[in-house]
Amino acid sequence: MAAISKEETEALIQEVLEVYPEKLKKDRTKHLTVNDHEVEQSKKCITSNRKSQPGVMTVRGCAYAGSKGVVWGPIKDMVHVSHGPVGCGQYSRAGRRNYYIGTTGVNTFVTMNFTSDFQEKDIVFGGDKKLDKIITEIDQLFPLSKGVTIQSECPIGLIGDDIEAVAKKKSKELDKTVVPVRCEGFRGVSQSLGHHIANDSIRDWALGARDGDDSFESTPYDVSIIGDYNIGGDAWSSRTLLEEMGLRVVSQWSGDGSLAEIELTPKVKLNLLHCYRSMNYISRHMEEKYGVPWLEYNFFGPTKIAESLRKIASHFDDKIKEGAERVIERYKGEYEAVIEKYRPRLEGKKVMLYVGGLRPRHIIGAYEDLGMEVVGTGYEFAHNDDYDRTIKEMGNATLIYDDVTGFEFEEFAKKVKPDLIGSGIKEKYIFQKMGIPFRQMHSWDYSGPYHGYDGFAIFARDMDMTLNNPCWNMLKAPWSQSSEEADAVAASA
Amino acid sequence: MPNVMIRRKPDGGLLFYIAKKDQEDVISKVEVDNEEQWGGEVELTDGSRYYIDPVSPPPRFPTTLRFKRAV
Repeated sequence: MAAISKEETEALIQEVLEVYPEKLKKDRTKHLTVNDHEVEQSKKCITSNRKSQPGVMTVRGCAYAGSKGVVWGPIKDMVHVSHGPVGCGQYSRAGRRNYYIGTTGVNTFVTMNFTSDFQEKDIVFGGDKKLDKIITEIDQLFPLSKGVTIQSECPIGLIGDDIEAVAKKKSKELDKTVVPVRCEGFRGVSQSLGHHIANDSIRDWALGARDGDDSFESTPYDVSIIGDYNIGGDAWSSRTLLEEMGLRVVSQWSGDGSLAEIELTPKVKLNLLHCYRSMNYISRHMEEKYGVPWLEYNFFGPTKIAESLRKIASHFDDKIKEGAERVIERYKGEYEAVIEKYRPRLEGKKVMLYVGGLRPRHIIGAYEDLGMEVVGTGYEFAHNDDYDRTIKEMGNATLIYDDVTGFEFEEFAKKVKPDLIGSGIKEKYIFQKMGIPFRQMHSWDYSGPYHGYDGFAIFARDMDMTLNNPCWNMLKAPWSQSSEEADAVAASA
Repeated sequence: MPNVMIRRKPDGGLLFYIAKKDQEDVISKVEVDNEEQWGGEVELTDGSRYYIDPVSPPPRFPTTLRFKRAV
């Protein structure tokens, strides 16, 4: 698609939108755009963070998903109660592969499901008493838990339970942190508001616990990793790089993170922010209240890693700057070997991405290091500030789509003909049946880590493994088979 | 009357961030910006304008201030 011009891409968008009714077409046009480096502010070309239209397939989540699944869920030594009916907690249990160290059920609880299992009587008479009892039980059964968060599901907001009052009471009674999170699923248009609500609850109920306590011995090289969810071990492969260059990582948010780490974060010298979308709120708060500056970084692919390491080092003295150069030098042989091995196999291949959070722009560098080209990218739940950052990363005249519908994504894939698609589980099987190589980029398709130099080697291997798999040409989508063929398959089974 | 957080960019410019709207813009012009006070009408790079009664002494950034939409 290198040769495709801006006009052709625009025509493609119009062609895909043709089938929609007039009103929907008008709305969807605002969410699709052609990248143009001359546009400085994304709001001039794309609308984002708006309600999805009824009747189309969207892959967005809810506020509860943003809070329980993303921000709070990976905090390992707290119990996160899915407060409400049982389903929300059960169907989202352990799906995100936030790795952690600890003994599950003894001092860590990430992959377990705690729920208040609402019944009819709890809806009618209110669930506060039940919640009170649950928190007491949790304390008795899991005495090593450092605290409890109450992750509200939709009914809690609808029946008007006062979870804040319960939280205050139990916190005093048990002398533990109890955090009520008002992340009812119906709030906002996507999981993005859940991130914001969860950040605010960290700010109000947990972050300031050690204000005025100077017993923590800090060093001039203290940093914290914010917005790294340790998917498949991502935060670990990032952390080692930072430690090697001489920094001390005081806390990890929230992958493999703990409540004590959260409470220590205001004492660090610099917050390193990986996922801007989900954690910028708390970083801004810490900058204002505690004077801790924050910095966005990107640990996908050697080019971006080197860039980020130097950017991080520029906030410290010469010792760290030398450290950064040393780290880059040390891994040079390693990543050059990776590129040498995989680049010839992947050179010139086209990729389409549709993910959430930071990946639609952060991974572009890693693909480019392998000689691949990202021809389309989009976010599920980004805001305009994310697109501001994306425009610079993407090539000119490439597609950008916000909250793309199932239909549009399929049509784009048919027309643009990418060699690889990176998106979520809901898209995976459609595209695989169409014979397009696919990687599930939310949880790295059960692989990982992808961050850091170690992660890049795994990333390159995975992309090669998927793209150059001989099975793709043998596939014929079930809907394009003739009825005889389908009968034959059925008969042979 | 949005609550706005203002912070300094690495290059010295001021960023205007409305948390409620997740809107982030660079301030292009401030009406009053001297030793004694800061504020008045504030213009952003996208052309929208906000107003705040001049703050005295000038605030230390980052800080949150309450602005009015200028007409």
